[in-house]
Amino acid sequence: MNFRFLLELFVTWFKLGLFTFGGGFAMLPLIEKEVVEKGWATRDEILDIMAISQSVPGAIAINTAIYLGKRMAGFVGAIVAAIGVISPSVMVILAIAVYFVQFQENLYIMKAFSGIRAAIAGLITATAIRVASVNFHSKIAMTIIIGSLALNLFTSVHAAWIILLGAFVGYVVYHYLPNYK
Amino acid sequence: MIYWELFISFFKVGLFTIGGGYAMLPLIQQEIEAYQWITTQEFIDILAIAEMTPGPVAVNTATFVGYKSAGVLGSLLATTAVALPSLIIILLLARFLEKYQEHPIMKAVFSGIRPAVAGLIGAAAIFIIRNTLFVVNGGTSLGLPDLRAVLIAIAVFIAVRYYKVDPIKVIIASAVVGLIIF
Repeated sequence: MNFRFLLELFVTWFKLGLFTFGGGFAMLPLIEKEVVEKGWATRDEILDIMAISQSVPGAIAINTAIYLGKRMAGFVGAIVAAIGVISPSVMVILAIAVYFVQFQENLYIMKAFSGIRAAIAGLITATAIRVASVNFHSKIAMTIIIGSLALNLFTSVHAAWIILLGAFVGYVVYHYLPNYK
Repeated sequence: MIYWELFISFFKVGLFTIGGGYAMLPLIQQEIEAYQWITTQEFIDILAIAEMTPGPVAVNTATFVGYKSAGVLGSLLATTAVALPSLIIILLLARFLEKYQEHPIMKAVFSGIRPAVAGLIGAAAIFIIRNTLFVVNGGTSLGLPDLRAVLIAIAVFIAVRYYKVDPIKVIIASAVVGLIIF
């Protein structure tokens, strides 16, 4: 096992854990930047992994870290990536709990956080547009995109069911319309 | 014994909540109320803190509750417990998926999953825009857009979409800008 690679894996996931605010898909732009540029996975694979992470028990960030860590460096890689992505949260929360920082009443933290929240809105919008345009390649795909967006926004159907529905449509198209592209 | 109770409770939270994030909160609250590890006020505080600090809500909450009820060891134990189900489930699933990833049915299934995820990401973007760029004036009604937040969001959008700036640098810069203009 290459120690330097494991260190790189840890540092990458530590960075992702440190700069992920809001969780879930909000971390996608950061994962794409860190993981795709290193050649660890393609953009499509990241989407697949996030879909799986969203559809099984556990926190999405941890699931994604474990899956990618396992792929890069086996069981040890999975553990290293998981510890990497968890460590920043543990450190920050322990610091707040131990030193009893009056976190919510700190004006400077509130101001900086308002800036970060606005940044996350810009980041996720850029990612959403890019991912949607990449997948807008057929009428069926367009229908799935719009349907899944509407189901998620306007109903309380769980995201895991929406992903499963997409999987079902994918299978039906393959089975009954084998020449459909 | 408190360590064992913490471990089992947070293992359950990790095992029985799909989709992460705030979906985990009802279960966490149920476990906390059953054992009275922290007060209701502390629980509300930790939610506010979890939202403002980096990382998964589940980890933030587990660390906080573990520390308050059983010190540093308790926090590490609760956090490990909440992540452990993921490790087991994802490792089993990864083996299965790697084995069949080239299978035509698997490819077909994922060709349907990708657009579904694209839609979910779009919904997440709309949700986040609604919750961060508008002044909340109580209840669910949307207030006017907060111009400062909108400006930051547009600048970030242009920087990452057209100039491929590193998202981490963008987040740091936005925190600094936030300190100045808010």
